[in-house]
Formats: sequence, C-alpha cells, structure tokens
Amino acid sequence: MKKLAVVAHANDNVATAVKDLKEGQEVMVDVDGKEVKVKLLNDVLFGHKFALKDISKGENIIKYSEVIGKATQLIKMGEHVHVHNIESVRGRGDWEGDS
Amino acid sequence: MKILGFVRPDGRVGIRNHIAVIPSSVCASEVAMRIASSVEGAVAIPNQHGCCQIGADLELTTDTLIGLGKNPNVAAVVVVGLGCEGVPTEKIAEEIAQTGKRVEYVIIQECGGTLKAEERGTSIAKQMVQEVAKLQREKVDISNLILAVECGGSDTTSGLASNPVAGYVSDKLIELGGTSMFSETTEIIGAEHLLAKRAVSKKVGDKLLEIVRRCEEKAKTMGVDMRGGQPTPGNIEGGISTIEEKSLGCIYKGGTKPLQGVLEYAEAPTGKGLYVMDTPGQDIESITGMTAGGAQIVIFTTGRGTPTGAPIAPVIKITGNPNTFAKMKENIDFNASAIIEGTETIKEVGEKLFSEMIEVANGKLTKAEALKHREFGIYKLISTF
Repeated sequence: MKKLAVVAHANDNVATAVKDLKEGQEVMVDVDGKEVKVKLLNDVLFGHKFALKDISKGENIIKYSEVIGKATQLIKMGEHVHVHNIESVRGRGDWEGDS
Repeated sequence: MKILGFVRPDGRVGIRNHIAVIPSSVCASEVAMRIASSVEGAVAIPNQHGCCQIGADLELTTDTLIGLGKNPNVAAVVVVGLGCEGVPTEKIAEEIAQTGKRVEYVIIQECGGTLKAEERGTSIAKQMVQEVAKLQREKVDISNLILAVECGGSDTTSGLASNPVAGYVSDKLIELGGTSMFSETTEIIGAEHLLAKRAVSKKVGDKLLEIVRRCEEKAKTMGVDMRGGQPTPGNIEGGISTIEEKSLGCIYKGGTKPLQGVLEYAEAPTGKGLYVMDTPGQDIESITGMTAGGAQIVIFTTGRGTPTGAPIAPVIKITGNPNTFAKMKENIDFNASAIIEGTETIKEVGEKLFSEMIEVANGKLTKAEALKHREFGIYKLISTF
C-alpha cells in the first residue's frame, strides 16, 4: 500500500500528508520505524501537515528535527497544522517595537 | 567521468554554443532583441537596468552583464549600447573579451539610430554564428561543470523529495571534482545554523550568517510579517506554513558537502566544491546571478510547477509532486515523486537525475530550451535615480 503521510525525522511533532486525507480517517505513520496511528480531526490535503501529538500554545513545531514555528493555540493530535494555528518567529517586521 | 563540451580559449568549458546579444542598458534592449531575433543561435538578454543606477547597484548590473558574457556557454558576444548610459558598453565588451572569445560592440547613437545599429549588429552576429557552428564538442572531465541548484514554486514535496534528490546530484558532482552552488538567501532564514556548521572555516560560516541577518533585517524594515511574500501564497496553499519550514526544506538542495565559500551576487567561485551565492529568493534573479557566476547548467526543483528557463544555460526542472508532474508535463523534465509514494529511494532517483544532467550537458535540450523559455531578471538593490 502506498504511504498516506510521511514524517521527516523521529523528533518531529508533525507529519506531512502525501494523499488528500479526510476528517475521521485513521492514518498509520512510520516514525523512525515505529508505526503510530493518528485519527484525523480535520481534512488534510496533500502536502499539508497534521499533529502527531497534542501541542500546547507557544510550543515549538518540529519538522526535519528543527523548529519551523510555534503554536498560536492548543493543537490536538490529528489536527491540521498550518498558518491558522502556527506562526513564524523569523522575519517579523510586525513585531518590531514590541517589547 | 567525461562530458562533451566546447573548450573556450580560456580553458573553460561550455555545454552550449550561444551568441549572446547583451544590451548594456534598458535603452538598448529593443535593438538587442531585434538583432537576436534575426539570427539563428543568438540570444538577447534584454533587461531594465544599466542607466541611472548608482554605486553598488551600478556595479552589480555591470558585473552581472560581464559575468553572463564570460560564461563559457557563450561562444561570442555582441554588446549593444545606446551611447549615454551609466554602464559603459566598451568596458563590458573589453572585460568579456579577456576570456579570448570574440566580442564586438555596437553603439546606437554612433550608428545613427535603430535600423543602422540593427543592421550592423545583425551582420556581426550572423558572422559569429557561422564561425562558432564549426566548433566541435570534445571529451572533457566532468570537473569542469558548475551546477546551479534552484528551487521555486515550492510545496512540502520540495523539502521531502525534489530538493534532497538535487542535493544528491550536487554531492555526486562534487565527489567527481566539480562545483555546485545554490542561492536564495531569504530561503536560508531559519536554517542558517545548519549550513554555518558545514562551513570550511569560521570566516565562511560568519559570512553566511551575516548575509542571512542582512536579508532578514531588510525584510523587517518593511514593518510587516514576511509571510505572504515569503512563503508565497502558492507555497502556503501547497502546505508550507512558515519561512523556517520553507528554508529547512530548501537547503536540502545544497546536499551535504562542506561549504567552501559565500559568493556575492554574480561572483564566480574560485575553487571547487559547494558554494552559496547571496541572491534574493526570486527564482529568475537568482538564476541570473548564478549563471553570471559561471554556472553552465541549472537544476530547478519545483512543487507547484513552473515553466522557467534561462537565456544561456539549460534548466532541468524536476518535481516531487506527482500531481504537478501529471499536470505540467510539458514544462517539467524529471519526475521525482516515487520518493513521496515510497516506491524509490532518494539515491535511486538521484542516480537517474544525475544521468539526465549528463545527457543535458552533452547536448540534450531541456523542455525550457525547446520552448524557448529565456526568463531573465537582474537583482536590484535600490531604486533608479
């Protein structure tokens, strides 16, 4: 069977869908040789990410074993992870002047 | 390993045999285009620069035009000037001529207008084309090759499939004695610590961190969140959420070899191995910089799909997104989606891409070349005056 989602590194807390996936779908992902079952809380389109575990507000989002941003709200395991619930911490001219 | 190339008088090796018609300013661009359109094998490099630029910007345009003329894919050059522009037409011609290739120049104001300049330029270009057509490809070592790796229209498959595959090819070329460069400083933001660790010296590592800091500061002076510009709306639709995510995926295209140096825009590497060039993330300006720095061949990874080519170098486009390959087959040369589908490894796909690169170096036309895609743009630091 073709893969439904890939995890770039064992330290990651997100996976990337490689098919269009549906809310409620149970997806088996391979995390460093270990099979992990994730039930999706939203539709997740090809190329988009979902959470492999609960991620609290302000916590780092990890992909490729590196920080790609931080959560702006609580993200539940299986939830779609994208611009609506994570943000960049780099190139933020809109933060200049904030203390 | 050997490739088939054209050995130039300065010993550098071209894999194409173009006549470049280079306008030294925007004011000469139309005449340059008309000359090139009349002559088989001639390519114009029309641009909107070359006049009313000052300081570093003026130098950048001048160096870029000289670098493109010097690129060994160019067999001979006609420089076209208006006669009163800031970028000196004669200087460009003289600098390029140091490579030993034939270079002539035509000044519109001296010739007495469009038609006379066009006639003179066309006549010269026609002679040049006939001359260089006699040159034969020779067997030369692959270490003569300078590869430029570019990514554009990225989505999350870029970081997971096409960029690692391009990185594999870059590594292999370097192992065989060649040179590879990648660029797009904006798309190193968030991944600079990983690249800096690979620098051969503290000086090189510090320079890398400095160009990234400079780029991020420039974005911040706009007073906005970079998001929307970088990642682009298309990147975001494709699943990339932040510039850090984009960058971490992007740097895979630079493979795993030590970083030998950080180049200024359009600067040629002085040694072999891996280099980073300081360019914007905008694809066309980035490719221009790297070909002006001497790259003879480009591998361009894309997730969303792009038709981009370049005037003087073949651009091999690859995607790791199976939907994009199916949809944009007329533009994309190579399908790396077996990685995403889990049916082939990065090494297996990388070997195939390496073979494709050799074929293109030996003369196979890329889809962008066949469709005459010759996108061109020069990076600009500030406004004209």
